[in-house]
Amino acid sequence: MRPAFTVALFALAWLAVSGSFTIPNLLLGLVAGGLSLALIRDHIRPDGRRVRPLKLLSLVLLFIKELALSAWKVAVLVASPKMVLKPGIFAFPLTVDRDFEITLLANLITLTPGTLSVDVSVDRKVLYVHALDCSDPVGARRDIAGGFEKKILEAFR
Amino acid sequence: MLDLVLAVIVAVMLVAGGVFTFLAALGIVRLPDVYTRMHAASKAGTVGSGLMLFAAGIHSLDAAIFTRALAGFVFFVLTAPIAAHLIARAAHEAGYRLSRHTVLDEMRDARERSNKKR
Repeated sequence: MRPAFTVALFALAWLAVSGSFTIPNLLLGLVAGGLSLALIRDHIRPDGRRVRPLKLLSLVLLFIKELALSAWKVAVLVASPKMVLKPGIFAFPLTVDRDFEITLLANLITLTPGTLSVDVSVDRKVLYVHALDCSDPVGARRDIAGGFEKKILEAFR
Repeated sequence: MLDLVLAVIVAVMLVAGGVFTFLAALGIVRLPDVYTRMHAASKAGTVGSGLMLFAAGIHSLDAAIFTRALAGFVFFVLTAPIAAHLIARAAHEAGYRLSRHTVLDEMRDARERSNKKR
Protein backbone atom coordinates (compact mmCIF):
# COMPACT_ATOMS: atom_id res chain seq x y z
CA MET A 1 0.00 0.00 0.00
CA ARG A 2 1.15 3.52 -0.66
CA PRO A 3 1.98 5.71 2.36
CA ALA A 4 -0.72 8.25 1.41
CA PHE A 5 -3.35 5.50 1.38
CA THR A 6 -2.16 4.19 4.74
CA VAL A 7 -2.33 7.67 6.28
CA ALA A 8 -5.86 8.11 4.90
CA LEU A 9 -6.80 4.76 6.47
CA PHE A 10 -5.33 5.88 9.82
CA ALA A 11 -7.25 9.17 9.63
CA LEU A 12 -10.48 7.26 8.90
CA ALA A 13 -9.86 4.99 11.89
CA TRP A 14 -9.22 8.08 14.02
CA LEU A 15 -12.51 9.65 12.89
CA ALA A 16 -14.36 6.44 13.73
CA VAL A 17 -12.79 6.09 17.16
CA SER A 18 -13.07 9.74 18.17
CA GLY A 19 -16.60 9.91 16.76
CA SER A 20 -16.40 13.53 15.68
CA PHE A 21 -16.65 14.18 11.94
CA THR A 22 -15.31 17.71 11.61
CA ILE A 23 -12.64 19.18 9.36
CA PRO A 24 -10.26 20.08 12.25
CA ASN A 25 -10.59 16.55 13.60
CA LEU A 26 -9.89 15.10 10.15
CA LEU A 27 -6.75 17.26 9.94
CA LEU A 28 -5.71 16.09 13.40
CA GLY A 29 -6.25 12.50 12.26
CA LEU A 30 -4.14 13.03 9.13
CA VAL A 31 -1.31 14.62 11.15
CA ALA A 32 -1.44 11.90 13.80
CA GLY A 33 -1.55 9.21 11.07
CA GLY A 34 1.41 10.74 9.27
CA LEU A 35 3.41 10.98 12.49
CA SER A 36 2.68 7.41 13.51
CA LEU A 37 3.62 6.16 10.05
CA ALA A 38 6.85 8.23 10.26
CA LEU A 39 7.63 6.57 13.61
CA ILE A 40 7.49 3.07 12.15
CA ARG A 41 8.86 3.94 8.69
CA ASP A 42 12.02 1.87 9.19
CA HIS A 43 10.01 -1.28 9.84
CA ILE A 44 7.80 -1.20 6.79
CA ARG A 45 8.70 -1.24 3.17
CA PRO A 46 6.39 0.79 0.96
CA ASP A 47 5.44 -1.04 -2.20
CA GLY A 48 3.28 0.01 -5.10
CA ARG A 49 0.96 -2.92 -4.56
CA ARG A 50 -2.50 -2.38 -5.97
CA VAL A 51 -5.59 -3.14 -3.95
CA ARG A 52 -8.66 -4.15 -5.91
CA PRO A 53 -11.64 -2.69 -4.03
CA LEU A 54 -14.29 -4.99 -5.51
CA LYS A 55 -12.32 -8.15 -4.83
CA LEU A 56 -11.51 -6.84 -1.37
CA LEU A 57 -15.21 -6.29 -0.74
CA SER A 58 -15.98 -9.83 -1.86
CA LEU A 59 -13.30 -11.07 0.56
CA VAL A 60 -14.89 -9.07 3.39
CA LEU A 61 -18.36 -10.44 2.58
CA LEU A 62 -17.07 -14.02 2.45
CA PHE A 63 -15.37 -13.39 5.78
CA ILE A 64 -18.52 -12.08 7.48
CA LYS A 65 -20.51 -15.06 6.23
CA GLU A 66 -17.88 -17.54 7.40
CA LEU A 67 -17.54 -15.78 10.77
CA ALA A 68 -21.28 -16.04 11.45
CA LEU A 69 -21.31 -19.67 10.33
CA SER A 70 -18.27 -20.45 12.44
CA ALA A 71 -19.66 -18.93 15.64
CA TRP A 72 -22.90 -20.81 15.03
CA LYS A 73 -21.08 -24.13 14.58
CA VAL A 74 -18.99 -23.71 17.71
CA ALA A 75 -22.06 -22.64 19.68
CA VAL A 76 -24.05 -25.69 18.52
CA LEU A 77 -21.11 -28.00 19.24
CA VAL A 78 -20.63 -26.63 22.75
CA ALA A 79 -24.34 -26.68 23.51
CA SER A 80 -24.86 -30.26 22.35
CA PRO A 81 -24.81 -32.79 25.20
CA LYS A 82 -22.36 -35.11 23.45
CA MET A 83 -19.55 -33.27 21.74
CA VAL A 84 -18.27 -35.14 18.72
CA LEU A 85 -14.65 -34.13 18.33
CA LYS A 86 -11.94 -35.27 15.99
CA PRO A 87 -9.42 -32.48 16.50
CA GLY A 88 -6.01 -32.39 14.90
CA ILE A 89 -3.33 -30.16 13.38
CA PHE A 90 -2.78 -30.31 9.65
CA ALA A 91 -0.14 -28.61 7.53
CA PHE A 92 -1.29 -26.17 4.87
CA PRO A 93 1.25 -25.38 2.14
CA LEU A 94 1.17 -21.63 1.51
CA THR A 95 0.96 -20.06 -1.92
CA VAL A 96 0.91 -16.49 -0.56
CA ASP A 97 4.39 -15.48 0.51
CA ARG A 98 4.31 -11.90 1.78
CA ASP A 99 4.11 -11.32 5.54
CA PHE A 100 1.02 -9.21 5.20
CA GLU A 101 -0.83 -11.85 3.20
CA ILE A 102 0.19 -14.68 5.51
CA THR A 103 -1.02 -12.66 8.51
CA LEU A 104 -4.32 -11.94 6.83
CA LEU A 105 -4.83 -15.57 5.80
CA ALA A 106 -3.93 -16.83 9.29
CA ASN A 107 -6.42 -14.41 10.88
CA LEU A 108 -9.17 -15.35 8.45
CA ILE A 109 -8.56 -19.06 9.06
CA THR A 110 -8.81 -18.58 12.81
CA LEU A 111 -12.20 -16.92 12.50
CA THR A 112 -13.73 -19.49 10.15
CA PRO A 113 -15.57 -22.71 10.94
CA GLY A 114 -13.60 -25.24 12.92
CA THR A 115 -10.10 -24.00 12.08
CA LEU A 116 -7.44 -22.14 14.06
CA SER A 117 -3.97 -21.09 12.90
CA VAL A 118 -1.32 -22.37 15.26
CA ASP A 119 2.04 -21.65 13.67
CA VAL A 120 3.94 -20.77 10.52
CA SER A 121 7.03 -22.79 9.66
CA VAL A 122 10.38 -20.99 9.85
CA ASP A 123 10.73 -20.87 6.06
CA ARG A 124 7.18 -19.42 5.76
CA LYS A 125 6.02 -22.11 3.40
CA VAL A 126 3.69 -24.03 5.68
CA LEU A 127 0.89 -22.87 7.93
CA TYR A 128 -0.12 -25.25 10.72
CA VAL A 129 -3.85 -25.22 11.26
CA HIS A 130 -5.76 -26.79 14.14
CA ALA A 131 -9.16 -28.13 13.15
CA LEU A 132 -12.03 -29.26 15.37
CA ASP A 133 -12.87 -31.89 12.78
CA CYS A 134 -9.66 -33.13 11.24
CA SER A 135 -11.06 -36.30 9.68
CA ASP A 136 -10.59 -34.87 6.18
CA PRO A 137 -7.39 -32.78 6.03
CA VAL A 138 -7.25 -33.03 2.23
CA GLY A 139 -10.69 -31.43 1.87
CA ALA A 140 -9.87 -28.76 4.46
CA ARG A 141 -6.69 -27.83 2.58
CA ARG A 142 -8.62 -27.60 -0.67
CA ASP A 143 -11.29 -25.38 0.93
CA ILE A 144 -8.72 -22.87 2.21
CA ALA A 145 -6.72 -22.82 -1.03
CA GLY A 146 -9.86 -22.39 -3.16
CA GLY A 147 -11.54 -19.92 -0.80
CA PHE A 148 -9.61 -17.38 1.24
CA GLU A 149 -6.21 -17.84 -0.31
CA LYS A 150 -7.58 -17.41 -3.82
CA LYS A 151 -9.52 -14.30 -2.78
CA ILE A 152 -6.48 -12.78 -1.08
CA LEU A 153 -4.42 -13.36 -4.22
CA GLU A 154 -7.15 -11.74 -6.31
CA ALA A 155 -7.53 -8.73 -4.03
CA PHE A 156 -3.86 -7.87 -3.56
CA ARG A 157 -2.10 -8.85 -6.75
CA MET B 1 -43.60 2.11 15.20
CA LEU B 2 -40.00 2.63 14.15
CA ASP B 3 -39.04 2.82 17.80
CA LEU B 4 -40.60 -0.57 18.38
CA VAL B 5 -38.84 -2.17 15.40
CA LEU B 6 -35.52 -0.74 16.54
CA ALA B 7 -36.10 -1.87 20.11
CA VAL B 8 -36.87 -5.41 18.93
CA ILE B 9 -33.74 -5.51 16.73
CA VAL B 10 -31.58 -4.20 19.57
CA ALA B 11 -33.12 -6.68 22.02
CA VAL B 12 -32.61 -9.64 19.68
CA MET B 13 -28.99 -8.65 19.04
CA LEU B 14 -28.29 -8.20 22.75
CA VAL B 15 -29.78 -11.58 23.65
CA ALA B 16 -28.03 -13.34 20.76
CA GLY B 17 -24.74 -11.67 21.73
CA GLY B 18 -25.22 -12.74 25.32
CA VAL B 19 -26.00 -16.33 24.29
CA PHE B 20 -22.92 -16.52 22.05
CA THR B 21 -20.69 -15.09 24.78
CA PHE B 22 -22.13 -17.53 27.30
CA LEU B 23 -21.56 -20.46 24.94
CA ALA B 24 -17.98 -19.28 24.38
CA ALA B 25 -17.45 -19.40 28.15
CA LEU B 26 -19.17 -22.78 28.35
CA GLY B 27 -16.94 -24.03 25.54
CA ILE B 28 -13.82 -23.04 27.48
CA VAL B 29 -15.05 -25.24 30.34
CA ARG B 30 -16.32 -28.18 28.30
CA LEU B 31 -13.80 -28.62 25.48
CA PRO B 32 -10.94 -31.04 26.21
CA ASP B 33 -7.71 -29.11 25.52
CA VAL B 34 -6.29 -25.64 25.09
CA TYR B 35 -6.45 -25.77 21.28
CA THR B 36 -10.12 -26.66 21.03
CA ARG B 37 -10.86 -24.13 23.77
CA MET B 38 -9.30 -21.39 21.68
CA HIS B 39 -11.85 -22.17 18.97
CA ALA B 40 -14.69 -21.30 21.33
CA ALA B 41 -12.97 -18.23 22.76
CA SER B 42 -11.95 -16.71 19.44
CA LYS B 43 -15.07 -17.30 17.35
CA ALA B 44 -18.14 -17.32 19.53
CA GLY B 45 -16.54 -14.64 21.71
CA THR B 46 -15.90 -12.32 18.77
CA VAL B 47 -19.39 -12.68 17.34
CA GLY B 48 -20.99 -12.34 20.77
CA SER B 49 -19.20 -9.13 21.70
CA GLY B 50 -19.63 -7.83 18.14
CA LEU B 51 -23.41 -8.29 18.29
CA MET B 52 -23.59 -6.49 21.62
CA LEU B 53 -21.41 -3.62 20.36
CA PHE B 54 -23.62 -3.16 17.31
CA ALA B 55 -26.75 -3.33 19.46
CA ALA B 56 -25.35 -0.48 21.56
CA GLY B 57 -24.51 1.45 18.40
CA ILE B 58 -27.99 1.05 16.93
CA HIS B 59 -29.70 1.81 20.22
CA SER B 60 -27.93 5.15 20.50
CA LEU B 61 -29.15 6.30 17.04
CA ASP B 62 -25.99 8.38 16.94
CA ALA B 63 -23.52 8.09 14.04
CA ALA B 64 -20.59 8.93 16.30
CA ILE B 65 -21.40 6.12 18.71
CA PHE B 66 -22.19 3.69 15.92
CA THR B 67 -18.84 4.25 14.21
CA ARG B 68 -17.11 3.75 17.53
CA ALA B 69 -18.94 0.44 17.94
CA LEU B 70 -17.89 -0.48 14.41
CA ALA B 71 -14.27 0.44 15.18
CA GLY B 72 -14.46 -1.65 18.35
CA PHE B 73 -15.69 -4.63 16.34
CA VAL B 74 -12.95 -4.19 13.72
CA PHE B 75 -10.26 -4.10 16.42
CA PHE B 76 -11.81 -7.17 18.02
CA VAL B 77 -11.69 -9.05 14.71
CA LEU B 78 -8.07 -7.98 14.23
CA THR B 79 -6.85 -8.93 17.70
CA ALA B 80 -8.88 -11.96 18.86
CA PRO B 81 -7.41 -14.39 16.30
CA ILE B 82 -3.88 -13.18 17.09
CA ALA B 83 -4.40 -13.82 20.79
CA ALA B 84 -5.86 -17.28 20.09
CA HIS B 85 -3.04 -18.08 17.68
CA LEU B 86 -0.32 -16.98 20.14
CA ILE B 87 -1.81 -18.97 23.01
CA ALA B 88 -2.14 -22.10 20.84
CA ARG B 89 1.40 -21.66 19.51
CA ALA B 90 2.89 -21.11 22.96
CA ALA B 91 1.04 -24.19 24.22
CA HIS B 92 2.41 -26.30 21.38
CA GLU B 93 5.96 -25.00 21.90
CA ALA B 94 5.70 -25.75 25.60
CA GLY B 95 4.76 -29.33 24.72
CA TYR B 96 1.17 -29.16 25.95
CA ARG B 97 -0.35 -32.35 24.59
CA LEU B 98 -3.43 -32.44 22.41
CA SER B 99 -6.48 -34.22 23.80
CA ARG B 100 -6.75 -37.99 23.38
CA HIS B 101 -9.45 -37.48 20.71
CA THR B 102 -6.83 -36.00 18.41
CA VAL B 103 -6.51 -37.78 15.08
CA LEU B 104 -3.60 -35.92 13.46
CA ASP B 105 -0.68 -33.65 14.39
CA GLU B 106 1.43 -32.77 11.39
CA MET B 107 3.16 -30.00 13.33
CA ARG B 108 4.66 -32.47 15.81
CA ASP B 109 5.61 -34.76 12.92
CA ALA B 110 7.41 -31.90 11.18
CA ARG B 111 9.25 -30.92 14.33
CA GLU B 112 10.34 -34.50 14.96
CA ARG B 113 11.67 -34.72 11.42
CA SER B 114 13.69 -31.52 11.81
CA ASN B 115 15.02 -32.68 15.20
CA LYS B 116 16.21 -35.93 13.65
CA LYS B 117 18.06 -34.06 10.92
CA ARG B 118 20.06 -32.06 13.46
